[in-house]
Amino acid sequence: MNAVAGAAGFSHRFEGLRSRLPGAKLPWLDALRGEAAESFGAQGFPTRRVEAWKYTDLNPLGHVSFDEPLTLLDGGVTLPPAIAPRVVFVDGRFREDLSDHPGARSLARHLPELEGRLGVLAQPAREPMAGLNTMLFEDGLLLEIGEGVDGGVMELLSYATACERPQAFHPRHLIRLAPGASLTLIETATGAARARYLHNPVYEIEVAEGARLTHGRLQQEAREAWHLSTVYARVAAGGVYDNFTLNAGGKLARNEIHTALTGARAQCHMNGAQLLVDGQHADTTTALDHAAPDCSSRQTYKTVLSGKSRGVFQGKILVRQAAQKTDGYQMNQALLLSPDAEIDSKPQLEIYADDVKCSHGATVGELDADQLFYLRARGIPESEAKAMLVEAFLQEAVESVAEETLRGALARAVDGWWRAEAAA
Amino acid sequence: MGMLKIENLSAEIDGKTILNGISLEVPAGEIHAVMGPNGSGKSTLSYVLAGREGYEVTGGSATFHGQDLLALDPEERAAAGLFLAFQYPVELPGVGNANFLRTALNAIRKTRGEPELDAMQFLKIARERMKALSMPEDMLKRGVNVGFSGGEKKRNEVLQMALLRPQLAILDETDSGLDIDALKIVADGVNAQRAPDFSALIITHYQRLLDYIIPDRVHVLVKGRIVKSGGPELAHALEKEGYASVQEAA
Amino acid sequence: MPAVNETIEAVQSVTDSGYKWGFETDIEMEFAPKGLNEDIVRFISKKKNEPEWLLEWRLRAFALWQTMEEPRWSAVKYNPIDYQDAYYYAAPKQGPKSLEEVDPELLRTYEKLGIPLREQEVLAGVEGAGSAADARMPIAVDAVFDSVSVATSYKARLEKEGIIFCSISEAVQTHPELVRKYLGSVVPQGDNFFAALNCAVFTDGSFVYVPKGVRCPMELSTYFRINAKSTGQFERTLIIADEGSTVSYLEGCTAPMRDENQLHAAVVELVALDDASIKYSTVQNWYPGDANGKGGIYNFVTKRAACRGKRSKVSWTQVETGSAITWKYPSCILQGDDSVGEFYSVAIANNWQQADTGTKMIHLGARTKSTIVSKGISAGQGQNTYRGLVRIGPRASGARNFTQCDSLLIGDKCGAHTVPYIENRCLTAKVEHEATTSRIAEDQLFYCRQRGLSQEEAVGMIVNGFCREVLKELPMEFAVEAQKLLQISLEGSVG
Repeated sequence: MNAVAGAAGFSHRFEGLRSRLPGAKLPWLDALRGEAAESFGAQGFPTRRVEAWKYTDLNPLGHVSFDEPLTLLDGGVTLPPAIAPRVVFVDGRFREDLSDHPGARSLARHLPELEGRLGVLAQPAREPMAGLNTMLFEDGLLLEIGEGVDGGVMELLSYATACERPQAFHPRHLIRLAPGASLTLIETATGAARARYLHNPVYEIEVAEGARLTHGRLQQEAREAWHLSTVYARVAAGGVYDNFTLNAGGKLARNEIHTALTGARAQCHMNGAQLLVDGQHADTTTALDHAAPDCSSRQTYKTVLSGKSRGVFQGKILVRQAAQKTDGYQMNQALLLSPDAEIDSKPQLEIYADDVKCSHGATVGELDADQLFYLRARGIPESEAKAMLVEAFLQEAVESVAEETLRGALARAVDGWWRAEAAA
Repeated sequence: MGMLKIENLSAEIDGKTILNGISLEVPAGEIHAVMGPNGSGKSTLSYVLAGREGYEVTGGSATFHGQDLLALDPEERAAAGLFLAFQYPVELPGVGNANFLRTALNAIRKTRGEPELDAMQFLKIARERMKALSMPEDMLKRGVNVGFSGGEKKRNEVLQMALLRPQLAILDETDSGLDIDALKIVADGVNAQRAPDFSALIITHYQRLLDYIIPDRVHVLVKGRIVKSGGPELAHALEKEGYASVQEAA
Repeated sequence: MPAVNETIEAVQSVTDSGYKWGFETDIEMEFAPKGLNEDIVRFISKKKNEPEWLLEWRLRAFALWQTMEEPRWSAVKYNPIDYQDAYYYAAPKQGPKSLEEVDPELLRTYEKLGIPLREQEVLAGVEGAGSAADARMPIAVDAVFDSVSVATSYKARLEKEGIIFCSISEAVQTHPELVRKYLGSVVPQGDNFFAALNCAVFTDGSFVYVPKGVRCPMELSTYFRINAKSTGQFERTLIIADEGSTVSYLEGCTAPMRDENQLHAAVVELVALDDASIKYSTVQNWYPGDANGKGGIYNFVTKRAACRGKRSKVSWTQVETGSAITWKYPSCILQGDDSVGEFYSVAIANNWQQADTGTKMIHLGARTKSTIVSKGISAGQGQNTYRGLVRIGPRASGARNFTQCDSLLIGDKCGAHTVPYIENRCLTAKVEHEATTSRIAEDQLFYCRQRGLSQEEAVGMIVNGFCREVLKELPMEFAVEAQKLLQISLEGSVG
């Protein structure tokens, strides 16, 4: 155990653990970790001077010294109710005893087979948090859905227990859908009420020709947690990647999604909602790479801010020269409920093909006074009227989710969120 | 005693006087019309009575069943039985019409000490009322007023009135933008409410609606005050002679 | 809109292709030694007979500049600029004493450019602009040739109204108190690399002061011409609109065709006090370089307005067709309650041109309003970026912003980019941003051609339609010129 804080602490830990990390004897993996450690060591946690981190400051993380989760706990955890058959990770480690999905496999136990697959999409040099993850990941979900197979619905539960000192874990999830396969994967990220931890997952997702992945992420971490996730997805011809990210928990959360549409007619939906109360900072950053013709993408993000909270949305759509007939749309909207809240947004288009239809929109505002009055004039009390309008605002993002289990889980999380917060 | 009693009411927006000492009494069971040219303060009167923000009452009073109306929040006024049919019904994207109507109805039933309606009970009542107003049932599923035509919005207002059963309905230019069939439906809706404990204040520029809802009294509003009051014949006189004569009087 | 109705007419009147302002004037010039150091700064200051405080101000800026780095955050790419390999001062040897004494060669130059300096003439303007020219309002012109202002027209008439319109060098001599009070008050010396450079070596530019309650009776305009080789132009413009006054100001720019890249680093400062209104229009037509990307002006410009007064208003309109590189963000600091900022922009990047342009709207006062309309056109290998910031401070209650950014791509080797930043710290503010990207649809082109228009006429017409919302903000004479420029700038882009 060492007490060095911040980035140096992690670098230090890597030096000490390097030979004992899973797959340490695999030269390719050791090299991958080594390179990541080098670039993370050089950059440290990104500062606000880095354009991609202009609005999210990781400086506070630099003052915390994190412990490695100690040992594997057996039992003694109360998990939230299941949404679907699930795979459970506690403090970043696979818990076979708590998992009941037959397809669940631990990444750590299959590392020798993953050369040329693990680390293909992640960009540790570009994204420092993915660098930290590459350096120190110990486990994660390894999931493959065979050709033409419908994988049904699976829940990935990531649960953090409360420890005396803050702990950090960096799971690496590797998911591949073979041609024509389909799956709904819903991640719930949460923890014990008083737990302090850094959850830093990285996803590498391959959606092959004609496959369809619905990927829901419910970030409902403990109030004192940091959640910094990076998702990389690559979608081949005719494939569909449908991501919905709910950013509701934690003290500081950033969900970064990099999707590349690399085959013709691939589709991508990225939607999300950020629900923020006093003291929270949430950041959704998306980068969508249209690299093939005839692809379409749809993004709708909604942020509701109350108390002294801060919301960030950054969304970039890149259309490469080859990506003719691209149809890209992005909307991000923020609703302010408090004079102390702050919202920063940076939608971005970078276009190198001429036969494309691309647009983005952004709005920021408070509750509409006319709507509020109309509801009150019909006898609905002010607090109830506000709650109705907040739900209506979020409705559009939730309704965009086609898959029923995920939509249901989201509706439960979103409806009543403001009612509960306003009452608290 | 009048159900609605307005005495010497004055109000302003952004420091500009709009209502300039209005006095008006609507007894229980009566329907009164307030007519006036554009800019006379008609809509302001309805908003002030319903409690919209941004209007500052600078003098006078308005009581409803003897209770000080101006001291109440908008929802308290609604619960007390005051209903405003909006000139421009507000669109609420994402708020389902059924959910909205049931929430409003239950909020008002609660203050009346009536039990709340569950979804089934509510739908049964709502469907009956809608049928009477020739409204297609799918309007319940849509967002409140979203994508509704002008006529549909006005009918939705009347539907709400029929469901909430107010004691005083204020119809703010409900006739504007309506064709003759829609006008009749709206008028039938109001006439169906007629009862000894129901009153209405019909605010309108034209006499047209008053052919279908016969008022007990007609008041003429000019420059923020009532300049003339009379029976239904006053509306016809105004239609014929225009507002010029009464404007001079003001 | 008349501006648009005249499109076809205007487009048809274009006969010669290419950059027709690319000629060179042969006139005896005086140069400062090549290179940049403190002595050059002193030389410029001495040439202009400046007071001590201004020399010190320049030297402070030069010291700052030496500690600064060239900004790299924009999307433009260019070879390093050798700041020592340029002249920082170039002026016609025979300085004019009055309009009558201006070198005839210079007068001919401005005639050739369509800029009348003689007062009896109204803007003969643009060929084919119609016979209504006689009826037009006169335009007062300040003509800046390389480093100096060579003439300013209508001065006497403006003076009657109390309006000061002269070169900034002259204003330093005649109205030092105004210059000292406002110079650098909107764009401080250390604001950015290019602004600091400008503060150190600026040579000329226009100065406008409109007194309380005066509506300026005519359009004021400055025409900038780079003529000499290897010369940088560093103009400095300062416009002050005192309480309740109104002024409309236009600027135009051209340069000869040369294989080298010449640097133009201007600073424009606008100050609007209570109830004052400034309309600032630019038609920027610096030499863009040839079809292979050789030559052209590097245009690094800092333009900023301070809406200091209550209910003050500043409106920027720009048509950016020229320059190899355009780097400019005309901005508004909305300090006064109820102040208004506007930005209307058309930017073209054809051949190898790169444009990185946009605006900053900084809302500080209550109920401040801003509107941004940006139209970017990319063709050839051109790269066009809109970069903008809308920031709403915590005290800007009821602030409003509306932004519309549209990009049009012509051909598949160009790029169109949109980088807006929206930062809101006020509950009651309302911000709306929309951006779209499109191309000229085949059926639009076909429809026009079926009706008898040539391919290029059709493109010109569609492009003018695309830019309509911006062009209609320009004064009439400029609108027609701008439409023709758009057409010429896009020649050869389709086919």
